[in-house]
Amino acid sequence: MLEYAWIIPVIPTVSFVLILFFGKRMPRQGSEIGIAALGASFVLSCVAVVQWIQHVDDATSEHGLGALRSLGKSLFLAESGAYAAVGPVVSTVEWFKIGAVEVAVGTQIDGLAVMMLFVVTIISLLVHVYSTAYMHGDVRYTYFYAALSLFTASMLTLVVAPTTLQLLVGWELVGLCSFMLIGHWWEEGANTNAAMKAFLTTRTGDVGLMIGVIVTFFAAGQTFDIVHINTVALEGVGGHTIWVVGASCLMLGIIGKSGQFPLHTWLPDAMAGPTPVSALIHAATMVVAGVYLGARLYGVFWQGFSIGDGGVNFMALVGGITILIGAALAFVQDDIKKVLAYSTISQLGYMVMGLGVGAWVGAVFHLFTHAFFKALLFLGAGSVSYSASHHSFDMREDMGGLRKYMPITFWTFLIGSFALAGIFPLAGFWSKDEVLATAGQGNYEIFMVVGLVGAFLTAAYMTRCVWLTFFGEYRGHGHPHESPRAITVPLIVLAGFSMVAGLANATALGIEKFVEYVEPHGEGFPEVFTPDFDLGLVALSNAIVVIAIGIGLFFWLDRRELRGLKGLTERSGAAKAGHTFLVNKYYLDHLYEQGIVGGIKGPIARASYWVNQRVIDGVVNAVGKGATAFGRVVYRYVDQDVVDGAVNGIAHETDQAGGLLRYVQSGRVQRYALMLFAAVGLLAVALVIFS
Amino acid sequence: MVLNQFLVLAAALFCIGIYGVLARRNGVLVLMSVELMLNAVNLNLIAFSAYLREVSGQVFALFVITIAAAEVGVGLAIVLLIYRNLHSPDLDRVDELKG
Repeated sequence: MLEYAWIIPVIPTVSFVLILFFGKRMPRQGSEIGIAALGASFVLSCVAVVQWIQHVDDATSEHGLGALRSLGKSLFLAESGAYAAVGPVVSTVEWFKIGAVEVAVGTQIDGLAVMMLFVVTIISLLVHVYSTAYMHGDVRYTYFYAALSLFTASMLTLVVAPTTLQLLVGWELVGLCSFMLIGHWWEEGANTNAAMKAFLTTRTGDVGLMIGVIVTFFAAGQTFDIVHINTVALEGVGGHTIWVVGASCLMLGIIGKSGQFPLHTWLPDAMAGPTPVSALIHAATMVVAGVYLGARLYGVFWQGFSIGDGGVNFMALVGGITILIGAALAFVQDDIKKVLAYSTISQLGYMVMGLGVGAWVGAVFHLFTHAFFKALLFLGAGSVSYSASHHSFDMREDMGGLRKYMPITFWTFLIGSFALAGIFPLAGFWSKDEVLATAGQGNYEIFMVVGLVGAFLTAAYMTRCVWLTFFGEYRGHGHPHESPRAITVPLIVLAGFSMVAGLANATALGIEKFVEYVEPHGEGFPEVFTPDFDLGLVALSNAIVVIAIGIGLFFWLDRRELRGLKGLTERSGAAKAGHTFLVNKYYLDHLYEQGIVGGIKGPIARASYWVNQRVIDGVVNAVGKGATAFGRVVYRYVDQDVVDGAVNGIAHETDQAGGLLRYVQSGRVQRYALMLFAAVGLLAVALVIFS
Repeated sequence: MVLNQFLVLAAALFCIGIYGVLARRNGVLVLMSVELMLNAVNLNLIAFSAYLREVSGQVFALFVITIAAAEVGVGLAIVLLIYRNLHSPDLDRVDELKG
C-alpha cells in the first residue's frame, strides 16, 4: 500500500469530477459519492498507517533492537538514536523536465505523511456525514459536496508531496477550495468579502512561500526534492545566510496559511462559511497546511533559525505572540464560532512555537490531537445553531441553558473543551505538555511561560463559552431539541478520539508512538531531543487550568447572566479601554483596511502629511536654500554652457542629418521600389565586376 | 534542350514587370506587374528544373504560385481599401507616410 498511496488523493479527485457531472442526478444529490469516496480513502489511509508501523518495526528489528525493545521498552525510549533510520517510501513518476532538472510527482510516505493522511481523511469523512444533515436543502448542496471532495483531495496531495513544487500545487489548491467554501453563501456581500479576504491574506504569505521554494531550489543545488533539501540544509551547504533567507520566506507562507500574527485576521472572518467547512478548515485541511510545511521542511528551519541553539528565534516568537493574542481575543467574542476561531489561532501558535523551540514531536502531536477536539467543538457549535438557535451563533442572544435540551451535544462539547483546555488525561493535555516540556528543557524557558499563560487563558475563555452556551436560562426564541443522528454520531466519534488520542504519545506512561513512528530518524532530520517526563510541569499546567476554570466559573456563575462583565467594563476605565481594544481586535483590521488598503486617504497618510509639512519640509527648506545658491552657479556655468552646449550641438547635428534624409522618405511605395531595384541593380553590377 | 530562350523570355518578362511596378499609377496594374515578375521567376525555375532533370525547381515553382495567390488576395484587399478611402486607385496619392 505504501507504494500505491497515490490512490488515496486520487479517489476524492475522481469523486469531485463525478459529483460535478452526475451529482444532481443521484438520489441524494451527490453526497453519497463524496461519502463513499472519503470512506474508501479513510480505509486505505488506515491500511497505510498499519503498514507503515510494520515497515518501521521490520527495520528496527533488522537494526538489532527488536529483542531489546520487547524486553524493556521504556528504558530505551528516552535515549536518542535508539531507533533505526527509516527513510520514507517514495514512488514517483517524472512530471516534466527542464534541462537537467527533473521534476517528479508522486508520493513520499513516512510517519508524518501517514499521520496526516489518517487525520485528514477521518475528519473529512465525518464532516461529509455531518453535512448531510447540516446542509440539507441547501441551494448548492451538490456543489458543496464537490468542493469538499476537491478540498480533501488537495490537502492529501499536499501531504504526500515528495517535492516542494507538488507541495506548492496542493497548497494553492487548498487556498482556492477554502475560498470557494468560505464564500459558499455568496448571496450575502459579507460572505464574499470574507472569502476574498481569506484568499488575499493567505496570498500575501504565499508570495513568501513561492520565493522560499525558489531559494531552497537553488540553495540545494537545483532540486525540489524535500529530503534532499533538508539534508543539504542541515549540512549548511552554501552558507548559513541563504538558509536564513529561505527559512524566513517559507515562514511567511506559514504565517499566512496558519493564521499567525500578524496575518491572522482572515481566520475569524472565514467563519462566514458553513460550519462543517469551518471544522474542516480549522482541524484538518487549510490552516494545518502551514504547520505541516514547517514540520516537512524542518531541516531548513532548523538551519535557518538556528533552532538548536536556544534563546529566541523568529519562528518561536511568532508562535508565542500568536498564542497570547489569539487567546485574549477569544474573550470578547459573542459569536461562538469566532471564539473557536481565535482559539484555533492560539492553538496554531502552540504548534508553530513548538516547531520554533525544537519540539517537533510536540508540535506534530498537537496538530494531531487538536484536529479532533477542534473539529468536535466546531461541529458542536454547528449542532447548537442547527437545532437550537435558528442558525445564529450569538451566545448571548440566542443560546444558554441548552444542556437540558441537547445532552449529547453538551457532553461532547464539554469533552472537547476540556481537551482543548488541556485537562488530564484528555488529548490536549498530552500534546500541549509535550511542547511545553521540550521548550522548558531546551533553553526556551521564556516560551514555556508563554505557553502556560496561554493555557490559563484557554481554560478561562472556554469556560465562558461553555457557560454562555449551555448553562443559565435559554435566551433564544425557538424550541431547542437534540440534533439528528447524522450530526450526533460524528460528535460522539470525535469525542472518543478527543479522549484517547493523547495516549498515542503519553510520555508519562512510557508510550511514545510519535517518537517511534512519526518522527523521521533518518537523514535530513535534525537530532531533536525528547524531553523527560516532568511531573512538576504537569502539575503546574493542570493547576493553572483548574484555577482558570474556577475563576471563569466564579466570574460568570456567581453573577447571574453577564452583569459581572458589564459592571466591570463600566466601572473601571482601564478594563473598559482593554475591552474596547480587544473588541476591535487590536485594531489590526482597522490598520489593514484604513492604513494599508485605504492608505492614501487614511489617518496614516494624514499623519505623514503633517509630519511632511512641519518636520520634513523645514529641513528640506533649509537644505533647499543652500542648494539653490549652489545650484545657480552650477546652472549658469556648468549646465548652460557645457552640458547644454553638448546636448544642443548633438541635437542640431541630428536635425540637419534628418533634414537631408527626409527627402528619401517620400511616402510613395513606387519610390521605395525604385530604390530597391536600383540597389539590387548596383549590387548585381558589383557582383559581375568583382567576381 | 536549349536554355537560353527561356532565360531571355523570363528576363524580358521580369523587366516588363519592373517597369510596371515602378511606372504604373493604378494599384491594380502594379499588382499585375508583380504577378508578371513572379511568373518570370517561375519560368526560370521550371526551365532549370527541366534542364538539370531535377524536380526541386518545380516544387519551388509550386510554392511561388501558392504564395502569389495569397499575395494577390492581400494586395487586392489593400487596393480596395485605398479606393474606398481616396476614391481612386492612384498610388501616387497614397503618401501619408511622407517624412
